[in-house]
Amino acid sequence: MRSKRKAIGERASWGLKLAALLGLLYLHLPMVFIFLYAFTTEDKSYQFPPPGLTTKWFAVAAQREDIWQALFLSLRVAATATCVALILGSLAAAAMVRSSFFGRETITLLIILPIALPGIITGISLRSAYNLLDIPFSTWTIVIGHATFCVVVVYNNAVARLRRTSGSLIEASMDLGADGFQTFRHVVLPNIATALLAGGMLAFALSFDEVIVTTFTAGQQTTLPIWMLSELVRPRSRPVTNVVAVFVILSTLVPILVAYYATRGTESVMGSGR
Amino acid sequence: MSAANPPLRRLSTLLYQRPRLLLLALLAAPLTWLGVIYLGSLFSLLAQSFFYIDGFTGQIVHELSLRTYAELLSSPANWDVILRTAGMASAVTLAAAGIGFPIAYYMARYATGRVKALFYLAVMLPLWSSYLVRVYAWKLILAKEGIIGWTFEQLKLSWLLEGILAVPVIGGPSLSVSYIGMFLVFTYMWLPYMILPTQAALERVPRSLIEASGDLGAHPFETFRKVVLPLAFPGVVAGSIFTFSLTLGDYIIPYLIGSSRFFIGQVVFLQQGTAGNIPLAAAFSVVPIVIMAIYLTVAKRLGAFDAL
Amino acid sequence: MASAVRFAAVSRHFGEVRAVDQVSFEVGDGEFFAMLGPSGSGKTTCLRLIAGFEQPDHGRVWVQEQDVDGVPPYERPVNTVFQDYALFPHMSVADNVAYALMVRRVPGTERRARAEEMLELVRLKGMSARKPAQLSGGQRQRVALARALISHPRVLLLDEPLGALDLKLREQMQLELKSLQRKLGITFIYVTHDQQEALSMSDRLAVFNHGRVEQIGTPEEIYEHPATPFVAAFVGTSNLVEGADAERLIGLAGAYSIRPERIALLAPGETPPADHIKAAGAIEAVQYQGASTRYDIALEGGGRLVVVRQNAEGAGRMNGPKTGERAILAFARDAVQAMTGDGS
Repeated sequence: MRSKRKAIGERASWGLKLAALLGLLYLHLPMVFIFLYAFTTEDKSYQFPPPGLTTKWFAVAAQREDIWQALFLSLRVAATATCVALILGSLAAAAMVRSSFFGRETITLLIILPIALPGIITGISLRSAYNLLDIPFSTWTIVIGHATFCVVVVYNNAVARLRRTSGSLIEASMDLGADGFQTFRHVVLPNIATALLAGGMLAFALSFDEVIVTTFTAGQQTTLPIWMLSELVRPRSRPVTNVVAVFVILSTLVPILVAYYATRGTESVMGSGR
Repeated sequence: MSAANPPLRRLSTLLYQRPRLLLLALLAAPLTWLGVIYLGSLFSLLAQSFFYIDGFTGQIVHELSLRTYAELLSSPANWDVILRTAGMASAVTLAAAGIGFPIAYYMARYATGRVKALFYLAVMLPLWSSYLVRVYAWKLILAKEGIIGWTFEQLKLSWLLEGILAVPVIGGPSLSVSYIGMFLVFTYMWLPYMILPTQAALERVPRSLIEASGDLGAHPFETFRKVVLPLAFPGVVAGSIFTFSLTLGDYIIPYLIGSSRFFIGQVVFLQQGTAGNIPLAAAFSVVPIVIMAIYLTVAKRLGAFDAL
Repeated sequence: MASAVRFAAVSRHFGEVRAVDQVSFEVGDGEFFAMLGPSGSGKTTCLRLIAGFEQPDHGRVWVQEQDVDGVPPYERPVNTVFQDYALFPHMSVADNVAYALMVRRVPGTERRARAEEMLELVRLKGMSARKPAQLSGGQRQRVALARALISHPRVLLLDEPLGALDLKLREQMQLELKSLQRKLGITFIYVTHDQQEALSMSDRLAVFNHGRVEQIGTPEEIYEHPATPFVAAFVGTSNLVEGADAERLIGLAGAYSIRPERIALLAPGETPPADHIKAAGAIEAVQYQGASTRYDIALEGGGRLVVVRQNAEGAGRMNGPKTGERAILAFARDAVQAMTGDGS
């Protein structure tokens, strides 16, 4: 095997290795600065190198009531949107996976559309619909926007797993005396559980830091990304923003890694979700 | 034989006898959500692009007309915005393809086992991690007093940076308010979207084909150009759909890292917000849809959908 | 004899494709019934119609004398062994086997005892804690069998159950399945594309082609008296003689089949019985096949015949005629089987 793999032309050239390495650095190095700046003593500019290092900004940030409120709103929205997306996405996947019917392609397109079209279009559409129907802004106006583009993430994960799951498993279960509901509980659910977990985690991560659609659907409410955006536009408390950025990175890392390990070695749909 | 749950079992049997009913039951909720809420608002937005603003009263006239589109297309400033955005999207797409290809190629052809998993994770993590934080990182980097400026200073090359920034159009007072900066950020943001489909397409190039080409006496470079590249091309096109479309619709990056010269997304944002001209905002948001429709038609011809 | 399964003019279409087209047949209680045919001939769809995974577009299906129109799979007195076994990957072997009892709320202790009993029946004792992924192909096949048999179905459906196994294992399982069926005394309906398997295992078989049943009969009937050219060609090897060739050779119009082993290659000077039909031709090819040798002969006056001769003890065992030599052939009148069906 080893000799086969190392056959002629099988070893990467130095140029290719270097190019791949530089590409990866470009992809990851910027995040290092977020961590560095969270400890800087300089609070008026983005001076490099930092004149000194301190951990006091973490304590300062923890005292900020507005950040906590924004965080709780974000968590509430993400949790609700994920639940809605899980239900809608799995239902759609179950319907689409093995049946063929007139209009099937149209429904696939409809599910993908919210992520295929630029977020600003989804946002502005919902905003104008809310205006038209005189719907006041609330947590639900944000959730509606988020759930709409989270459905496809769950859908993709569920469909991929259902396709891989042999269709005869369901038939075997029914053949052995289980009705549709028992089959779902004893056979379908255990087989797609990790895919749904992954889909749910990704939907959560997606919703948790969504800003483009939220700008239009939040009204006066402030989610954590909205809070950050306003700080980026008009920096008032740079060091606190740095701390929040670190927090956001770490807290989205968890669901992404969970999703990765839940679907590892089975299918690589994480790339096609967004 | 005691059946599990008589009412549920009866329902299950009913759905067995009427498969269409089952399909309908499954699709009812998702279709209501996406079809009514999402498509409904999308169409209401598109409908508004056919209304127009009365020039004197400033009120929206609810009357079907192409006046707003005429206004959109007759203004040279609007064409500037459209061309500027499309130009940036093209530049970003080309750069992402150039930077992404070596990574995708290495992942598909040489990386195995643990290294491959690591590469995959390394490409996927940025894809899902916070959009805003990633932009913010570049705000730190590109700032006048940030790492890039500092590096040039340490190398006694500040004059070079200033020279680059002095170039008209792409330059600016600092990297963080220049097209160069915006280009770097856009490319950084969308790079994973290019790598993943390219890698997927390269994975599908059979190893035997490459070896066969080698056996027939083709030079490695020739094999690459004549065998690998044509087969990987649909993947690159698939990736370019993302990089192109995402750049077209983004308004936050041009807002945070850019000059006062607008991009499509910003115009839509401003028109619906401060200017209150919903019809024009709606008409403007049709522009990226039309550009993407054209782009997708071409991409389909190039076989990109098989690589998605 | 009571019928286990009955089809009356059953059709099932998929779009334009007629997967099953006006099929009627009856399977007796306790019978080993094979459905034989090439892939896409409709045999598997028929099996799925019995199990309830498909519903007919036209016609009626009875299982155990009960019209099963609209009866879901979980309420039919049949169980299935799937081609890919369809073992539940997240469950242990014991849980797989006991699944039918579990969904019927049979208490755990009884479940375990009966699962063990079934595993013993298929000679898999001691495997109950394993996961399907830890088993070999043959073992999975046995688990699938045990799982399908645990609720004592009157009819067992088997969809190419041995297709994924290698030759040696397949032959062994053929014997085991056959003896299991005798022991349990239940009906087996067995789908296969392997004519040898169908002939050797079944009490009766139906030959399928293009969604229709070409012929139903015992293995002997099907082999000795194929009703259509398709059956003659699909089950074993056959010489199809028709038109001018038939009139010249047999003296009759129509289409006829002659099995190659029924034709004798005469040694020089040998005379066949007077009522035998004689012909002469040139040997074009000789193919040694181990137990037998096959001769392709171009007849004088047109047409060709394949002759198969056993390489048994006796005259000319290893030095039969060679390529290019002239051969005299003879066969009995009852070796000639008239084709009655239209075939296709």
